[in-house]
Amino acid sequence: MPDRGTLLRVEQLRKVYEHPTGDVEAIGDLSFTMDAGELVCIVGPSGCGKTTLLKCLAGLLRPTSGVVEMHGAPVTGPSPAMAVVFQEYGRSLYPWLTVRGNVELPLRHKKLSRADRDTLVADALDAVGLAHAARSHPWQLSGGMQQRVAIARALAYQPEVLIMDEPFAAVDAQTRADLEDLVRELHARRRISVLFVTHDIDESVYLGQRVLVLSQSPTRVREDLAIDLPAERDQISTRALPRFTHLRTHVYGEIQRAKRGQNVAARPAP
Amino acid sequence: MTAYPGRIAATPRRRGVGSRIAAAGRHALGLPMLLLVVWALVATRATSRFFPDPVTIADAFVDTWVGPAFVEDVLPSLARLGLGAAASIVVGIAAGTVIGLTPWLRELLEPLLEFLRAVPPPVLIPVMMILLGITDTMKVVVIVSGAVWPILLNTIEGVRSTDSVMTETARSFRVTWWERLWFLVLPAASPRIMAGVRQALSVALILMVISEMFASSSGLGYRIAYFQRNYLIAEMWSGILLLGLVGVLLAVAFGLVERRVLRWYHGIREVHRA
Ligand SMILES: Nc1ncnc2c1ncn2[C@@H]1O[C@H](COP(=O)(O)OP(=O)(O)OP(=O)(O)O)[C@@H](O)[C@H]1O
Ligand SMILES: [Mg+2]
Repeated sequence: MPDRGTLLRVEQLRKVYEHPTGDVEAIGDLSFTMDAGELVCIVGPSGCGKTTLLKCLAGLLRPTSGVVEMHGAPVTGPSPAMAVVFQEYGRSLYPWLTVRGNVELPLRHKKLSRADRDTLVADALDAVGLAHAARSHPWQLSGGMQQRVAIARALAYQPEVLIMDEPFAAVDAQTRADLEDLVRELHARRRISVLFVTHDIDESVYLGQRVLVLSQSPTRVREDLAIDLPAERDQISTRALPRFTHLRTHVYGEIQRAKRGQNVAARPAP
Repeated sequence: MTAYPGRIAATPRRRGVGSRIAAAGRHALGLPMLLLVVWALVATRATSRFFPDPVTIADAFVDTWVGPAFVEDVLPSLARLGLGAAASIVVGIAAGTVIGLTPWLRELLEPLLEFLRAVPPPVLIPVMMILLGITDTMKVVVIVSGAVWPILLNTIEGVRSTDSVMTETARSFRVTWWERLWFLVLPAASPRIMAGVRQALSVALILMVISEMFASSSGLGYRIAYFQRNYLIAEMWSGILLLGLVGVLLAVAFGLVERRVLRWYHGIREVHRA
C-alpha cells in the first residue's frame, strides 16, 4: 500500500428521495472507511442504492443526513480528486466530440499548457489501448471501447480516486474480463484508489482487495469482507482457486440473505 | 501491457464528389425537365396569354433580371432576407438558450410565446408600417417577427432536454458553465435548432416577398406585384421563377451547413441503421 491514510470516511449516511407521491428511503444508515490506494468493491442487490451512494460520495447528491469526508474534509460538491465512470457509457460520452475531445473536455478548465494537456490525453488513451482511436467518434466504437474512453477521460483528469458504477454491466464477457484486468492494472501501476460498484459477485471478488456487501434498501453495510487472494490475479488461475470459490459462495449467500431481508448472519470462520 | 484489439466502425464510404453531384443533378433535374417539355407543348397549343411558353419566359427572365434590376431589386431583397434570417437565428438561439435554461422564466413565458407564434406574421406588416414607416428596418423586423419563432421554440425545447447523465458527467468533472454551454447544451440541442432554422428560412422567404408586395418601391416582391398590375405576364412569371431559384439555393446552402454541423447526428443514425 503506498500510503495508508484514510481517504474516504462515510458515517451514518442516509439518503431519502423526496417525492410528491411518497418519500423513498434509498440509503438507511451506512458507514465505512476506505484507505488511500485501496481497491474496494461494493456489491448489493439491484435497486439497493448503490448508484445513490456513489453520487453522494462524488458530491453529485446531497445526503439527507450523515457525513461524507475525503481526507478529513466534508464533501460538499464534485471534487477534482475524484472521477466518476458511469454505468451508461452511451449517455456519458458526448457523441459530437471525438474520443480525444471527450477525454480533453474535463481538462480545459485546469490551468495546463497546451502541451501538458496533449500529453495527459495521449497518456490516458495509451493506457487504455485506444491511441489509434483518438480521432474517431464514440459511436463508431464498440461498447467495450466506449467504456475504455470513459476510463481514459477519468484517468486524464488525474484523480486520487476512481469511482466506477457498474461500468461493465453492458459489455460481453470477454471484453469484461479484459476491462477488469485493465482496472487492476491501472490500480497497481498508477496507484489510484478505486471504488468499484457491481452487482456481479465474481467480479467483486476477482477485482477487490475488500468487498462491501450492502443490504436491501434502506441500505446498510451488511458485511465488510477482506479478499485474501494473491495480489497477482489472473482470469483463469485466480478464478480456479478454492479460496476464490469459497469467497464467492460466501458473498453469494450474503446477497441472497440480503434479498430476503434477513439479519446479518454470524460470520463463518475464515 | 495487454494489447487491446479494437475495431473502429468505418464512416460510410463515399463515392467521388463528381459522380455524386452528377447523380444528384440527374435526380434533381429529371422531373422539372419533363414538366418543362409538357408545359412548352401545352403553351404552344393553348391560346391563354396568362400562360406563356417557357421560351418567352426565359427571354423575359434574361431581359428583366440580368442587368441593373439585379442591383436595384434582387440584391436589396436578398440583403433583407439575409439580415432577417441572421437576426432570427441569433435572437432565437440566444433567447431560447436563456429561456430554456431558466425554468421559472420558461414557465412564465411559454403561454405567451405560443400565442405570439400563433399570430400570422403578415398581419404585423400594417402595424410595423405605422411604427417604423416604409423602411428596410420595417421589412427586416417583419421577417424576424415571423422567422424567429420556430428557432426560439425549438431551442428552448432542445436546451431543456439535455440528457441527465451527460449533465451529471459535466458536473462531476467540474466543467465550467461556459464550457457546458458550448460543449454540451448547444451541441445537444443542435438537431432541434437546425430543424427550427430550416422552418425559419422558408418563413423568412415568404415574409420577404409579402412585405415587399405590401410596402416597397424595390425588391423582388414589389417587382412581381408591379408586373402583375401592368399585365406583364411573362415578366411576372420570370420573377416567380427567380423566387423559386432563391428558395432552392437557400435550401442547398442550408443543407451543406446542416450536414457539417450535424455530422455526428447523421453518423449515429447511419451506424444504427447499418
Ligand atoms: N431520482 C430519484 N428519485 C426517487 N427515487 C430514486 C431516484 N433515484 C433512485 N431512486 C430510488 O432509490 C432506490 C435506489 O436506487 P439506485 O439507483 O441508487 O439503486 P442501485 O443499487 O444503483 O440499482 P441498480 O442495481 O439497478 O443500478 C431505488 O428504489 C430507486 O427507485
Ligand atoms: Mg445503479
